[in-house]
Amino acid sequence: MSLVQIKLNNAPEPSPASPPVPATGPQYWRSLDQLADTPEFRQWVEREFPEDAAAVLDGNSRRTMLKIMAASFGLAGLAACSRPEIRLAPQARGRYDYIPGAAYNYTSAFALGGHAFGVIVQTNEGRPSKIEGNPDHPSSLGAATPLAQASVLGVYDPDRSKMVLDGGKESTWEKFEAALKGLSLGDGSGLRFLSHSVNSPTLESLRTEALKKWPTAKWVEYESIARDNERAGAMLAFGQAVNIHPQFDKAKVILSLDYDFLGADWPTPLATKLFSKNRHVNSEEDLDKLSRLYVVESQFSLTGANAEHRLRMRGGDVPQFAADLLVALGASPAGGATSGDKRAKFLAALAKDLKAAGKDALVVAGPRQPAIVHALAHQMNQTLGAAGSTITFTKASPATERVESGVDALKGLAGEMTGGQVSTLVILGGNPAYTAPADLQFGAALAKVANSIHLGAYDDETAAAAKWHLPEAHYLEAWGDAQSSDGVAAIQQPMIEPIFGGRSAIEVMAMLLDSKDRKGYDLVKNYWTSQWPATSKDNATRDNTWKKTLNDGVIAGTQAPEVRPTVDSKRIQAAPAPAASGIEVGFVPSASAWDGRFANNAWMQEIAEPITKLVWGNAALISPAMGREKGWKDGDMVALSSGSLKLEAAVMIQAGHADNAVSIALGYGRPRAGSVGSNVGFNAGLIRTSDNFWFAPGFSIAATGEKYVLGNMQEHGSMQEPQLISGRNAPTRPLVREATIEEYKKNPKTIEEKQEVPELDSVYPQLKWEGLQWGMAIDLGACTGCNACVVACQAENNIPVVGKDQVLRGREMHWIRLDRYYVGNPEDPRAVAQPVPCMQCENAPCENVCPVQATSHSPEGLNDMAYNRCVGTRYCANNCPYKVRHFNFLDWHKNFLVRRRIEPELMQMVYNPDVTVRMRGVMEKCTYCIQRIQEARIATKTDGRREFTGEGVVTACQQTCPADAITFGNINDPNSKVAKLKTQERNYAMLAELDVRPRTTYLGRLRNPNPELEAS
Amino acid sequence: MAAIFPKSSDIILKVLGAVIALGAVATIGAYTYYSYPTVIDTGYQPEQPVAYSHKLHAGQLGMNCFYCHYTAYRGAYAAIPGTEICMGCHQKVKDKSPRLELVRQSYETGEPIPWKKIHVMPDYVYFNHRAHITAGVSCVSCHGRIDQMVEVHQEKPLNMAMCLACHRDPAPNVRPAELVTQLDWVPDRDPREIGNEIIAQKHLHPPTNCSGCHR
Repeated sequence: MSLVQIKLNNAPEPSPASPPVPATGPQYWRSLDQLADTPEFRQWVEREFPEDAAAVLDGNSRRTMLKIMAASFGLAGLAACSRPEIRLAPQARGRYDYIPGAAYNYTSAFALGGHAFGVIVQTNEGRPSKIEGNPDHPSSLGAATPLAQASVLGVYDPDRSKMVLDGGKESTWEKFEAALKGLSLGDGSGLRFLSHSVNSPTLESLRTEALKKWPTAKWVEYESIARDNERAGAMLAFGQAVNIHPQFDKAKVILSLDYDFLGADWPTPLATKLFSKNRHVNSEEDLDKLSRLYVVESQFSLTGANAEHRLRMRGGDVPQFAADLLVALGASPAGGATSGDKRAKFLAALAKDLKAAGKDALVVAGPRQPAIVHALAHQMNQTLGAAGSTITFTKASPATERVESGVDALKGLAGEMTGGQVSTLVILGGNPAYTAPADLQFGAALAKVANSIHLGAYDDETAAAAKWHLPEAHYLEAWGDAQSSDGVAAIQQPMIEPIFGGRSAIEVMAMLLDSKDRKGYDLVKNYWTSQWPATSKDNATRDNTWKKTLNDGVIAGTQAPEVRPTVDSKRIQAAPAPAASGIEVGFVPSASAWDGRFANNAWMQEIAEPITKLVWGNAALISPAMGREKGWKDGDMVALSSGSLKLEAAVMIQAGHADNAVSIALGYGRPRAGSVGSNVGFNAGLIRTSDNFWFAPGFSIAATGEKYVLGNMQEHGSMQEPQLISGRNAPTRPLVREATIEEYKKNPKTIEEKQEVPELDSVYPQLKWEGLQWGMAIDLGACTGCNACVVACQAENNIPVVGKDQVLRGREMHWIRLDRYYVGNPEDPRAVAQPVPCMQCENAPCENVCPVQATSHSPEGLNDMAYNRCVGTRYCANNCPYKVRHFNFLDWHKNFLVRRRIEPELMQMVYNPDVTVRMRGVMEKCTYCIQRIQEARIATKTDGRREFTGEGVVTACQQTCPADAITFGNINDPNSKVAKLKTQERNYAMLAELDVRPRTTYLGRLRNPNPELEAS
Repeated sequence: MAAIFPKSSDIILKVLGAVIALGAVATIGAYTYYSYPTVIDTGYQPEQPVAYSHKLHAGQLGMNCFYCHYTAYRGAYAAIPGTEICMGCHQKVKDKSPRLELVRQSYETGEPIPWKKIHVMPDYVYFNHRAHITAGVSCVSCHGRIDQMVEVHQEKPLNMAMCLACHRDPAPNVRPAELVTQLDWVPDRDPREIGNEIIAQKHLHPPTNCSGCHR
């Protein structure tokens, strides 16, 4: 931060009459520590790393360190004596058109929690290495969620189950099949199946076959994070099974009743894609399109962070709110907020706004809310005229006999198992021993089943309790298909043979049924080709359709028909149950581990939760008021207890959390997740019961006196908010900038004006910025802060994982830091997200201080990094005002492997071969995906199109962004999208007053608050 | 008290010091010299599993480089051909030769022939054959007269100095793209003149900044 300091020193002393810092503290703040301006926080701002985060190698004394050094020097000497021999192994017989080193893309499908979307998988030499969204798939539209992108790492997870286990002992598929033949299933009276939500048509057809073959068998579907309430709510309201499709892009006023649709509650990128369509303000007309989002919720979710107005309340209080709102909507025109508390005021203003919007309004209810809230939401939409306009419905497949789903079905099954009525239980994927509610004692019940067969990717909690464990193939290793909620199906293509010999659920079903077709390919292809009408008897037509389907990644004609159900208001009579008093514990899906199935994914573990910014674990989130009342700080261990249920967890004070409530993410604290995820965080499942599946009231909470260190990144990369430079009485220049529509209409320069670019001359020779010049614009108005870009960057650029202990020292390596700032009162703030990659400064402060010119400017305005040249002085990172440079303190890739005692061959397969894998002692940072730029340049210049003007270059973060918030391109071409964005009045450069002239600029966020509520 | 060591022993110390100092200088000098790419890499000629002669195939028989290395103008790597390519001819030609035993075996079993890599770029260097070949840089510029080598060895140092020399002044190494595989091509006029014409015509600007080759 030397630049800042020099300039600050040159600045005249501020006169006492005009204090430079507003007395109220910073307008935008990262943490409660920052608001309090604690010394710990000052360290994160003023230093590259806090003082106490000094380099100490865990478990290695100085003596062993010296030994290792001596040994490696000795080996280095030996290794240099002769040139190592490198083998080349060309395919003896292969495809003549195959080009080694080139990346090939294939379509596939990613399914999660009953949702699915199409993906495009990049493979290098047959190894899947990167997942993008499929632009042709209606649930992806080209974007991919963080979990989908990180799922590629799971293919190479060495902890995956590698063999068939029979009672915990090594066995084989052949032995399993032989044992299967010995089972007498009869009519299936003792046979039960348990699976995730089935949204694979092929599996569904096999299920039908199985239920026909065993006429008294039953099938239970269970998802720990399910949409059962949504279905039940639709059933309650409409009397028929429908799937719900909120059209966020068509709505002007949106109310979310505890629905984190921009975050973990919606596992496809579609909601963000649609929602953000109206958040890009690029013209006058767009200003009127800007939607307004109201959120009512308990924990501070990503959706809450993007809301104009957020009302915090316990999850259990939401049904009453919904009921009151329905009354308010039906009542005569409300006179606006007149009196009462915040809730009453909010409700009145909301009802008025919704009614004014009419058919452009939209009310959605979250999957945690009981069916009645969903039904009330449908009723509201119908009253407003929104049904069919901002929310559409498609026909859902009707309930099948002997197929039950939901937690009650699982409860029934567990009862049967304990009662000894189940002789054979087939668990197709999933980990019910961990995800089932605690009161079911599923693990114990499973032990009572004589023949329990568990197909799972890991030797996990369920595998340990089951008799047979079968290794499941990863979805990128097996043929399959997946249907999204609107019925659109896509083929799930494998990219690689199963590395550990796993098989898919459909293959195991085929084995159980003793079908003729046993291979996943035959099962899927035969199912779909039989669906297609034989226009001619020619098989070639079907074959061509099959090929086209694989190429497109979408199966034509699978879209479910739209229906227009009407709400029968008589059905929605039951008054919502009043929320119980006492402390309520709310369970939320983990953005990183989901329901625990991604717990062993190191990328996801190290991606900060979007709001709390926690990595490597969860915490019991409480409101600041509760923290004050109890005198607790972040990391204090507490015991949550109710009856026989008890959980010890660390608390974290979460600004904006509802009072008298605790939120805790599911999916952590797994005893048998693997070497990455075992015992990371706290297992919320221990206090989750089938009766209180999402909200458990009546808990007592008490400190245990112990302390825990939370992996929290919220203060990492804190930047100094610029103070006065010129002595002018300039306004504060926040790092993130916003304006309401009103402010913006009044003065379109309101965002730009907050910036002060000094007229300074650089002492360094100035380059001429001619020809192709790269630049980026990030629209803060559109960005929701979902982390998709961070994972995309990690996968694209071979970014290592460092582990919690190193994260605590500030050594995380992500090239994009997703900063989250709170605005306003800590009890009830708003939040803004800001992705911070390398800014590619034109006057780059890092370049001037590099003693070896390992970082220098390219003629196209990139701040190049030559890793092989870097000697690791770290001066550049010290001098970077944006703190976006990351140093390889250790050989992270190896460090990670050595800790897990595994050979590097497997994990290496996920690397992108077009990007150097950095070694210890080297600095690294964002390069605007230079490998993609160079590939595009070479492709253009060798295709006979000689001049490369920068078209077709898409950075990894830009490609996957579901909000289309990132634009990249040639800023010297006035017709390029990025150049046009940069001419907007919303465009500003962060820390412009340092005169570093960043190439990455931001478009200020525009908000559309309700004037009635904003004033308060 | 008499000195323990005679005065002459000082000489030993001086000589010893000189020897150590000279030795150190010599070691460092030798290490530097022998680790220099022009010394350590140039001339590298491992024994290949199959006694394949480029001199025979590319030289005497006049086969085009792209017949086997057909990905050179299409991708980043000028891949070593699969056994299939060899067998295209050798199913008929010399189909009983004991020297081709490994090739036939590989074709039968599908096991690749374990060729040894000669021209090695470090992992952090991204050289693209396609870009260079379409620009008109001949194979000979980096690989030498392969058509005269019975067993291939590394002719050029392939170090960064070599890359940069050409990137700074590409004209002498640029020729019409259709002639890149003609290793014995002799220009009828000043090659620099021809190069400059092509550079202007194709708008070639070989990068000299870091990210041109390092990613």
